Amino acid sequence: MLRERVFNTSTRLFTSCTAAFAAVIAFCALMPEASAVHLNNHVVSLLGKYLCFALLALSIDLVWGYLGILSLGHGAFFGMGGYVMGMYLMREIGNRGMYANAELPDFMVFLNWKELPWYWTGSDSFPFVCLLIVAVPGLAAFVFGLPAFRSRVSGVYLSIITQAMTFALMLAFFRNEMGFGGNNGLTDFKSLLGADIHSQGMVVTLFALSALALIMAYLVCRVITTSRLGRVFIAVRDAESRARFIGYRVEYVKLAAFVLSACIAGIGGALYVPQVGIINPGVFSPLFSVEMVVCVALGGRGRLYGAVIGALAVNFIKTWFTTAFPDIWLFFLGALFVLVTLFLPEGLAGLPTALRRRLQGKTP
Amino acid sequence: MMNLRRLCLVFLLVFLPGDALAVGEPASRIVLSPEIVESLRSARVMDRAAAIESLGNAPSDQAFTLLKALQEGALYVSRDNNELLVLDENAKSGEFVISGETIPVTDKDGLRKVGTSNSQRERISSLLSARMLRHPDANLRRRAVAGLLSDAGRIGAQDKPLLLALLQKETDEDIRQNLALALALLAASDAAAAPDELIGAAALLRDNALPGATQALEKLKSSEHAGVAAAAGEALEHKKIVAEWAAMLETLFFGLSLGSVLILTSIGLAVTFGVMGVINMAHGELIMLGSYTVWGLQQVFPGQPGLALVLSIPAAFIVSGGMGMVLERLVIRHLYGRPLETLLATFGISLILQQMVRTLISPMNRAVESPDFMSGMWRLTSSISLTCNRVYILCFCLAVFALIYAVMHKTRLGLEVRAVTQNRAIARAMGVNSARVDAMTFALGSGVAGMAGVALSQLTNVGPNLGQSYIVDSFMVVVFGGVGNLWGTLSGGLILGLANKFLEPFSGTMLAKIILLAGLILFMQARPRGLFPERGRAAEN
Repeated sequence: MLRERVFNTSTRLFTSCTAAFAAVIAFCALMPEASAVHLNNHVVSLLGKYLCFALLALSIDLVWGYLGILSLGHGAFFGMGGYVMGMYLMREIGNRGMYANAELPDFMVFLNWKELPWYWTGSDSFPFVCLLIVAVPGLAAFVFGLPAFRSRVSGVYLSIITQAMTFALMLAFFRNEMGFGGNNGLTDFKSLLGADIHSQGMVVTLFALSALALIMAYLVCRVITTSRLGRVFIAVRDAESRARFIGYRVEYVKLAAFVLSACIAGIGGALYVPQVGIINPGVFSPLFSVEMVVCVALGGRGRLYGAVIGALAVNFIKTWFTTAFPDIWLFFLGALFVLVTLFLPEGLAGLPTALRRRLQGKTP
Repeated sequence: MMNLRRLCLVFLLVFLPGDALAVGEPASRIVLSPEIVESLRSARVMDRAAAIESLGNAPSDQAFTLLKALQEGALYVSRDNNELLVLDENAKSGEFVISGETIPVTDKDGLRKVGTSNSQRERISSLLSARMLRHPDANLRRRAVAGLLSDAGRIGAQDKPLLLALLQKETDEDIRQNLALALALLAASDAAAAPDELIGAAALLRDNALPGATQALEKLKSSEHAGVAAAAGEALEHKKIVAEWAAMLETLFFGLSLGSVLILTSIGLAVTFGVMGVINMAHGELIMLGSYTVWGLQQVFPGQPGLALVLSIPAAFIVSGGMGMVLERLVIRHLYGRPLETLLATFGISLILQQMVRTLISPMNRAVESPDFMSGMWRLTSSISLTCNRVYILCFCLAVFALIYAVMHKTRLGLEVRAVTQNRAIARAMGVNSARVDAMTFALGSGVAGMAGVALSQLTNVGPNLGQSYIVDSFMVVVFGGVGNLWGTLSGGLILGLANKFLEPFSGTMLAKIILLAGLILFMQARPRGLFPERGRAAEN
C-alpha cells in the first residue's frame, strides 16, 4: 500500500538516478589518480555542495510547492544547521589552531575571551551536535512559525517577515559579540570524528552521506505529501479559508510542514559546512535565500524532484559560466530565469510534459 | 620677550591713531623705515623680532603682505642688489618690495631666503589675526573673531586690553557678542577677576554652545564665591538641558532624513509591488539606473553639477520609467495572475541590468559630484545645524510623494489603476484598457524608483550594487505600511526611520537594525496586513 502510494514512476526514477549518480561519482573518486575517470577531491566536494543546496531547495519546495508558503528566509535554517556543525568542527581543531588553545577556538582567543560562552556547551559531543543540527532549526521554525501562522500572517507578508528574520540573523552573526566568529565565520577545520577532513575517504563519505540524506529527505517528503496530511497541505494551498471552515487547524498544518522543512534545511547546512570548509554570515543573506527560491521556481515547484533539478542546474551553470564567461555570465543566468518563467511556467521539470503536449499538437 | 610683546600690544592700543582701524588703501606704499629693511635683510634670524613687531603695528597693506610672506617663507633677498622681494605662489616671479617692480624668477640661486624662527612665525600669526580683528571689512572681522573663539586656548590674559578696545569700537552686534564672549572666557580663567565680572561672564557663557564655555563654567562652579558658583551651576544646568534638546532634535532630524530615504526608495515599489502585485526584485536596479542618469548627465554638462542634477530628475524618471515600460511589455505582461513567478523573472532582470551596467559603464563605483547648494550646513541655532543635502532630500521626498498621490487619486490614470487593482474583470467590462493601464502603472513605479536614484546619488556611492542594498529595506517598508496603501508607505518609512535613529544611541547601529527587524516581525503578528490593511468584506481579508 505504502509502496504503491509513495513509489510512483518519478520517485523510482529520482531515487535510482540519484543513487546511481552518487555511486558513479564515488567510484570515480576512489579510482587511482592515473585512471582516466579519476575525480579529485575538489570536484567531489563541489558536487557534494550542490547536493546540500538541493536539500535546501527540497525543503523550500515542501512548504512553497505544497502549502503555498513562500519562505524568503530558508537560508537561515540552513545556516543554523551549518553553524552547529561548524561549532563541532571548531572544537575538533583543539590545540591545532593558530594559538594552540585546546579549549577555545582561535577567534575567541583573538577576542581575548577567557571561557566558552554557555551556548557552546556540549558542542564537542558528536551525538549531541547531531541532535542539535535538527533541533535548532526545528525549534527556531517553531518559535517563528507558531505566532505567525496563528495570527494568520500569509502571502507576501509572511515572505517578507521570513526575509526580515534571516536579515536580522545575518546582522547579528556579523557581530563579534555573538560568539560565532563574526564576519569571518567558522573555518580552518581540521578533522571530523578524528579523521582528516581533507582526506579522500572523508570527502567521499561526506559526498555519499549528502546523496543519502537527499534521497531520505525526498522519501520523507514524498511519504508526507502523499498521505492524508499531504492532501490537507494541498487544500490549504489552494483554498485556505475553505480548509479552515471545514474544520482543519490550518495553522498547525502549516507549522508542522514549516518545522519539518526547517529540519531538512538544517541537515543540508550541516553537510555543507565540512565539504566547503567554511560557514560565515553570508548564508543568512536575504539574497542567498532568494537565489534558492529561484532555483526551486526554475526547476518547477510542487514536484519535489523539480526543486532538486533546479538547484543542481542553477549551481552547475553558475560554476560553469563563472569560469567560462566570467564577464558576461550574469547575462546568461538572468536570461535563463526570464526565459524559463516565460516559456516554461512549470519549470525545467515540466519540460517533458510541455514537449509531449507540443508534439501531440495540443495547446495547454 | 614676553614683556616686549605685551609692551607692543599696549603701545598698539594706546598710541594707535583712531583712523588706524581703517587699514590703508591698496595703493598706499609706505616707505619702510631703514631699520626694518635692515633687520629683514640681516642674516641673523634673531634680528628679525623688532621688525616683525613694527610691521605688525604698521597699518599699511604692504606690512600685511610682508608679514604673510615672512610667515610663508616667500620673502627673499636678491643677491644682486640686496633688495627684498616677495615670490608669488608658484615661485615664477618676484615683486621687489621697495620699488614694486616685478621680475621673472627662473631659479632661486640668486636669492637668499629671509628665515624666521618658530616662535617668530607664531608671533606673526597672532599679529596677523590681531590685524584681522581690526580689519574694516565686517565679514573679515567676524571670521577672525569666530576663529579666535574656536581656538580659545590661544587667548591669554595679555589680550584682554586689545579685546576691550575692540569691543568699544565695534558696532556690529554679532562681533560684539563674540568679543564679549571671548572676554568672558578670559575672565573665567583669570584668578584675580571680580565676582561681579564673573557672574556676568557666567550669564554670557550660559547661552553659548562653545566647547570652551562648558569648561570655563565648570571652573567657575568651583569658585569660593557663593554667588559666582551658583550662577555657574545654574548656567551649566541650563546648558545641559539645551544640549539634551539639541541632541533630541538632531536625532529627530536624522530619523526624518533616514525615513525620507526609505520612503523614496520604497514609494516606487509601493506602486509596482503594492498596487500591481509584482514582486519586483529589479526595483533596486531601477533605482540604480536613476543614479547613473545623474552621473551620465554630469558627463554631458561638465562643471555644472547643479544643472545636471536638476535636469536628471525628469531624465531619471524617463530612463527608469522607459525601462519599466519595456520590461512590462516584454516580460511582466505575461505573468499577471502568477505573482510569485514575477519574483523569478524580475530577479533575472535585476541580474541582467546589473551586468549591463558593469559591462557598458564600469564595475567600479562612479564619482557623482555634489553641487554647491547641496553641500554645506544650515545653522538653526548655535548648537543645531542641519546638513543641506538631507534637508533637500526630505523636501524632495515629500514632493515625490505628493506627485504619486496626486496621480493615483486625482487623475484618470489613477482611477483606472485602482479599478484594475480592485477587480480586473469588471474594470475591463467597464471599458478600461487594462493592458495600457498595467504598462503605465509599471512605468510610473519604475520612474519614481529612478527619481529615488537621483536622491541616492547625493548620499551614497553610485555603483552596480547600489540597488541591492536598498531592496530588502524597501520591501520591509511597503509591507510594514500595508501593501497597496501609499499612506502606509509614507508612515511606514517615517516610523522605521525614526525608530532606527532613536534606538541607535542606546544600542549601536547594528543592534538597532536587528531590534527593528525583530520588532517588525512581532508587529506583523499583531497586524498581519501591515499598518493600513486593505479593507474588504471577503473572508480572506
